[in-house]
Parts: sequence; C-alpha cells; structure tokens
Amino acid sequence: MNTQTHISKPGLKNWLTSDTPQSRFQAQCGRTWLGWIKFTENKLAMVGLSIVIGLILVTIFAPILAPYDPLAADLTNRIQPPGAEHWFGTDQLGRDILSRLIYGAQYTLLIVGLVAITAAPLGLLVGTAAGFFGGWVDAVLMRITDIFLAFPKLILALAFVSALGPGIENAILAIAITAWPPYARIARAETITVRKADYIEAARLQGTSNLGLIIGHITPMCMSSLVVRVTLDMAGMILIAAGLGFLGLGAQPPMPEWGAMVSDGRQFLLEQWWVATVPGLAIFVVSLGFNLLGDGLRDVLDPRGGD
Amino acid sequence: MSNETLLSVKNLEVTFNTPKGDVHAVRGVSFDLGRERLGIVGESGSGKSQTGRAILGLTAANGKITADQLQFHDVDLANLSPKQWRKVRGARISMIMQDPKYSLNPVMTIGDQIIEAYREHHKVGAKEARRRALEMLEAVKIRDPERVFNAYPHEASGGMGQRVMIAMMLIPDPELIIADEPTSALDVTVQLQVMAILDDLVRDRGMALIFISHDLQLVSSFCDRVLVMYQGHVVEELRASELHNAKHPYTKGLLNCLPKMDGDHSDLPILEREASWAEG
Amino acid sequence: MSAVTRNNRNGRKRARFTSGPTGTVLRLVFSLAITFFGLLLVTFLIGRVLPIDPVLAAVGDRAPQEVYDRVREEMGLNLPLWQQFFIYISNVLQGNFGQSVLTANPVLEDIKRVFPATLELATLATIIGVSLGIPAGVFAAVHKGKWPDHLVRIIGLAGYSMPIFWLGLMGLLIFYMKLDWVAGPGRLDSFYLDFIEPTTGLMLVDTLIEGDTDLFWNAVSHIILPASILAYFSLAYIARMTRSFMLEQLSQEYILTARVKGISETRIIWRHALGNVMVPLVTVIALSYANLLEGSVLTEIIFAWPGLGLYITNSLLNADMNAVLGGTVVVGAVFIGVNMLSDVLYRLLDPRARR
Repeated sequence: MNTQTHISKPGLKNWLTSDTPQSRFQAQCGRTWLGWIKFTENKLAMVGLSIVIGLILVTIFAPILAPYDPLAADLTNRIQPPGAEHWFGTDQLGRDILSRLIYGAQYTLLIVGLVAITAAPLGLLVGTAAGFFGGWVDAVLMRITDIFLAFPKLILALAFVSALGPGIENAILAIAITAWPPYARIARAETITVRKADYIEAARLQGTSNLGLIIGHITPMCMSSLVVRVTLDMAGMILIAAGLGFLGLGAQPPMPEWGAMVSDGRQFLLEQWWVATVPGLAIFVVSLGFNLLGDGLRDVLDPRGGD
Repeated sequence: MSNETLLSVKNLEVTFNTPKGDVHAVRGVSFDLGRERLGIVGESGSGKSQTGRAILGLTAANGKITADQLQFHDVDLANLSPKQWRKVRGARISMIMQDPKYSLNPVMTIGDQIIEAYREHHKVGAKEARRRALEMLEAVKIRDPERVFNAYPHEASGGMGQRVMIAMMLIPDPELIIADEPTSALDVTVQLQVMAILDDLVRDRGMALIFISHDLQLVSSFCDRVLVMYQGHVVEELRASELHNAKHPYTKGLLNCLPKMDGDHSDLPILEREASWAEG
Repeated sequence: MSAVTRNNRNGRKRARFTSGPTGTVLRLVFSLAITFFGLLLVTFLIGRVLPIDPVLAAVGDRAPQEVYDRVREEMGLNLPLWQQFFIYISNVLQGNFGQSVLTANPVLEDIKRVFPATLELATLATIIGVSLGIPAGVFAAVHKGKWPDHLVRIIGLAGYSMPIFWLGLMGLLIFYMKLDWVAGPGRLDSFYLDFIEPTTGLMLVDTLIEGDTDLFWNAVSHIILPASILAYFSLAYIARMTRSFMLEQLSQEYILTARVKGISETRIIWRHALGNVMVPLVTVIALSYANLLEGSVLTEIIFAWPGLGLYITNSLLNADMNAVLGGTVVVGAVFIGVNMLSDVLYRLLDPRARR
C-alpha cells in the first residue's frame, strides 16, 4: 500500500482543499472545487460542457465566424453540394448553409435561455410557496401544476402557438408555459424536506419574514436539483422549439432557425440530402451536449436523483 | 456433539476495495467447527457478519476473500465455480438474515419463496413441494400455515417473517446454518421465542449452527462455544459455560456492560479499547 | 399528490394511500374529474384568447353588420364568459366539439376516423420499445460500468437528443429512398387503398380480418419504419428507467437471500429483481405510451400518416380552431386515462398496494 503524504505548503490548491476552512467563502470555494474535480473525471460530461460552451461562443462570434450573410439569397447558386466554397452546401435560395447554421445557434440559445429564465423562477416560486405554506395553498397550487402536467407538452405548445399566432416570441412563451410544472414539483419536494429544519426555525425566531425565509433560506436548498433538471430539460426544449420551427410555427422565414431549415430541406431530400441533414445534426449535437452536461451535473450535485 | 470437523477456516481475510483505500474487514480468522453451535460475538464493524458471508462466498463485489484453508467437508470453498457454489448454498450451508422486512421478496408469496428454496435442490413436483412447505411452516410453529403460505411478506409480522425465514432456509435440510443477528430486528418479546424455535430445529435435525450476534449473553445461552471478535480479529475463544473465566479485557468489558440485577446500580463501566488488541 | 398525473423522468414511486379501497377509488375519480375540468378550462381559454374571430371565420368578411351580430349571438359569444364555459363543458361531455371548418364534418367524427391510425402506430411502437428496452436496461444494470452499460447509455442519450422529425426524414431517405427496404409514406400503397373496408380502423387487424396477406404485408411495410422510429424513443426511455430500477433492486437484501438459497443468477435477475422492477416500470411504460401519442404528431407529418397528429397540425395550419381544440382535449383525455390505468395496474401488481 502506498501512502501519500501531503506536505503542507501555501497555494491556491491547498487553500481550496483545506480541512479547516477559515471562512464560509473558503468552504464554499473548496466544495465547488471538489465538485469540479469529480465533474472533470466524467469524460462524457466534459464533452457536453464543451458542446455547450461551443454553442455560446458560436452565438457570440457568429458575425466573425460566418463566411456569408445568412439571409443573402443567390439564386444562381441554388442547392450546391458541400464543397470548398460552401462547406455544407447551399439551400434552395442559394444561401450558405454553414452561415445559416452559425446564426441559427443564436436562436437556439435564445429560446433555451429565455425559457429557462422564465420557467425556472416560476416553478421555483410556485413550488416553494406550496411546500412552505402547505394546507390549501399547497393543494390549490399543486392541483394547477398537475393539470399542466396532464397535458402532452408538444400538443399544449401547439395549441398555445395556434392561439397566439406563429412566431419565435410565442414559441418561447408556449414552451415556458409547458416547462414550469416539473420545477414546481421539485422545488416543493425540496422545500418540504427542509421547512421543518432547525435552522429555518432559528431564522424565524430572529424575526425573518416568510418571504425572507423562502428567498434566503429555502430557495438555495432547491437550487442544485433545479439546475440539474433545467439543464436536462434544455435538450427537450431545443427539440420542442425545433419541432415548432419545423411545423412553421416557430421562427418565421427567413430566420435561419434549425428546425425550419430541416423543413426547407424536406423537398429535396432524395437528391440534395444535406440541406435537411446538416441542421438536424446540429440540433442533435447541441441537444446531446445539454443532456451530457445535465447527466454529469446530476452526478455531482444531486447524487440521490442519479441512476 | 461429534468430533468430526465440518468446517475448517484458517487465516481468513476479507478486504474491501473502496475509494478511500482498502478496508480490512476480517484479518486472519481461524476456527474449526464440528456438529456444534458456535457463537461469534462482536460489535458492529468487528467483521463477524463478513466472516459469515465469506463462508458462503457472498462477499460484495468489491471485496476479496483469501484464506489458507476454507474447507467444508470434502468441498474446498476457496475454489468453487458459480455452478458449484449453487450446489453448496441452500442445500448444504444456509444463512438466516437479519430483518425479514428486507430479506424477503416483497412481490412473491411466502409459499412461493419457500417452495423455490426447496425445489432448487430437490427434484419434486409442485404438489409435494407445497406439502413440504406447509409442513415446514408448521414446524416453525405457525398456526395457520395455509393462510401464511398464500400471504405476501408485508402481511406478516416481524416475528412471523423471521419464522418464515427459518422455514425457508431449513427446508432443503442443510448441514450448517449461519444465523446473522436473527433476532435483533425483532421485538424483545418475540426474540426468545424465535431463538427457541431455531434452536429446537437445529438440534432435532442435527445441524451445525454459527450464531452471529452482538449479544454475548444471548449467544452464550444458545451456543456451545463462543468466538469474540474485535476489529476483524478473534481476540478470544472460549466455551460458553466458562464465560466467567474470560481472560481478554475486551470480553470482560462486554460482560461487564450488562447490568446485573443484584449488582451495584450506580454506574455501568465504559467499554475500554486498546489499539494493541487489533494487532493480534 | 395526485394519483392521476405524473410526468417524472425518474418514475418516482407513489405515496401509498392508507385508507380503504373506497377512499382510494373516490380519490382517483375526484382527481380525474378535477384534472379533466382543468384540461377543459385551459382549452376553453386558449379558444377565447384566439386572435382569429370565429364569427368572421363563419360568415366571411363581406357579411353585413346585422348578419355578423346575429351569428355572434347564435354562437353564444354575447354571453358572460362563465356561461360560455359551462356551455362548452356540456357540449364536450356530449361529444360535441363543433364543426371542422376544413372538413365540414363534426370534429368528433373526424377524430373517430383518424384516431385508430395513431393508436395503431403508437401501440406497435410501444410493443417494440418494451420488448427491446426492458432487456437492454436489465443487461446494462447487470453489467454496470462495462461496455454493455455504456452502449445502452449512449443509445439512450442519443434517443433523448434526436429530433424525431429529422430521424424520420433520415429513415425515409435511407430505408425507403436509397435502400428500398420499406414502403414510403401512408398506411398502404395508394393502389390498395380502395380494397380495404375499415372495420376496426387498425390496418394490420383489418387486413387480417379480410384474410388478404398481400394487403397485410403491404401495411406492415408501411408501418414498420414510423413505428420503429417512435419505438426508438420509447426504447431509450424504458431502457434507462429499467436500468436504474434494476440497480436499485439488485442491491436489496432479498437478492442476497435468493443467492443464499442457491438460486441461479438468471432466475435472480429475471424473476426476483425484474419482478420488483415491473411494479414501477408499468408506470413508465404507460407514460411512454402516452408520450408516443404525442410524439406521433411530428412522425405522422413526415410519413403522411393519416392520424390524429396530422389532423391536428393540418387544422392548426388552417386556423380550424374547433378541430385543434377537439384534438387537444382528446389527446389530453387519453393522457389522463392512460395515467389512471397505470395507477390501477400499479395497484394490481404491487401486493403492498392492493387490499
């Protein structure tokens, strides 16, 4: 058996891994560091993280990265196969598919981001309130949640979009409306486990209001499982958004949204297969990235929920 | 009691490979067992349960068993294929687990589970197996065997569940029974009752018994011989009748922990430990 | 917590009701009624916030004001909202979803006509998904951390990440257009369409009833690709859940008991562990079945499959609101029904939950 002896020496790593942190901040950093170490050991999760970071970078640097204007039609260059000039070929209006893919990343990230920052807080609010107050508040809020859960997500989103009219804003709204109920469930479950805890009681005795308790003491306890679930759900959101785009109910032409691009390629599937294939692959890769990242995060943040 | 050796264990080691390094659960345990009742006593983590499991080759996947000798009759337990193991387990060596609430399959009827144990080792028809199972339920003093036969484990009380467990493990007629804390999950009132049933059956059928428990008093009243384990080592071996002559301070400590009706009530001694005991 | 509605990837075990059977049934029925009421409320509200004016859609934009007003009154749109809602509920309960603008039929009749196609597709897909997904999940759990486990995990993750409409297109491209192994869109070759009288509406069953094997095999070659593509999603979900439930059960004490008894590893896995896994797995299977009804929306479009999904989308693109809402209510009701069915099955399978 080989024993490793740690020679104590000053440095960031030792500060992070110290057994006797000097401050809450140091303890927090140390925990994050250990989580990160565990996360980096999971290769698939790192692949997922790289894909998501890649998506963000592509979104930011789209104008620099894209070789062509994504909207510029060039009818003399219609449906060109992949080649040196157009890496992924051109579509039915002669637009460069690669450039459209790069700009399309913006829409994907926009949809996912907006849904996450609307649905997650809504679910959190409903769930913590239900769990914290209990009684009829709980009964009513959870009943509403259950009703929304009873709907098939895509159908509900379809019905909403058809009522509100097609368009990217309405697609985002529709997806957010279908996305929040599971978060309410999670937040409620976490709240119930901690609401009777002594530290909550202690804070209450110090005169913290209900709202203060929920925001300051209960919400933080829900965050890790919520983050995991939202990350995993992002893959599903991307797929629903792409589905709406494919049906012509999401982003409207000539926006280079990936689902709509697959739909464009449908007509030339047999002879010009790349028009539909390439954007579909992009959806797949990005959605896989979020799934891998979410899986890895779950192993680190929420070991109970893991399989 | 006969002098014939049933089981011979020499220098048994069980090591678990965990993320935090190797854990030595059992370190160099040796004993011989005839047709007798042997008690193994120790605190939790002393390696007593792992000794029992190692004899059945049921150490968890991350554990490793080594021994200079692990001989059961003519069978070398150290080198068995999975197929050979299945002929030993249940049929020749069996084990009674701790808590019937977890150790019985919740979605199979009690009858099916007993029949399964029997038919695994005896080629008989369904009718004969059923008759045997009912007989066995009667043997463990269950009043309404038909009803219990058709019941699911959650419908039985703890005491009844453990009697079912005994019936299930004894029905193939093994030569050695390992009872791993068979009564510690039960109400105090039924503990002795269950122990008495087990004791009677083991005597009647001439089986050998290894009784694993943390309760030195209970063990000494049902066993011929006692091994005292501490941190994976056997620190003392003595006849149950000579418990009062225990030499090792740890055994004495265990004995002194029990309050005596006629003794001084003022203070119970604290169990003392010394690192040197674990070096054996 | 509702017994009727769950939508949880982890297939959480339900809290068990302690009260007697009557209490349980009452609670189920109550829960069912409330959820259905909510479903109607939501569809009603969606119908009301619609920017399309239903009166205008009915009379056309050239109609004079008096006609418009009269029709508006006839349609009950002058009444207070709550009265309109009750009229809506009583209509729905009588199976009256109004007229489809697109087909000029009552919506319910349209749905009755198209639903069997979706049912057939989703059922076949579930059968394929279950019969491959459960063994895959068991296999992965038994070989945890080894290559079969990784393989199942990757197949599963890919399934969760694949846009179904794209996979459908790729399937058509490869297996129909390039390889010509399967038939193309539709339920039958158009040449055969007049030969078949819908009895059950399930093409595979109807062709067998008529005893026409040519027709049957033609139907099979049409359904196999869309069903397999849907099945892949069901497989991914079921395999993942099976794996996770199996791992939980294999670490239980009763597994050790079975080993002590000398039972074979095969029997321990397939009888003891899987026997316990089936209890929560039924819920997962029901959920995936309900999800397939939804997943079929996009698949039906790709494969021109004349089912409910295609009907809803076509109506949607033509602003045929009665048909869209009718379809939504039916899919929602099936969802609720399947969930309740899974709850009942759960009770039957788990001896601890039945009384």
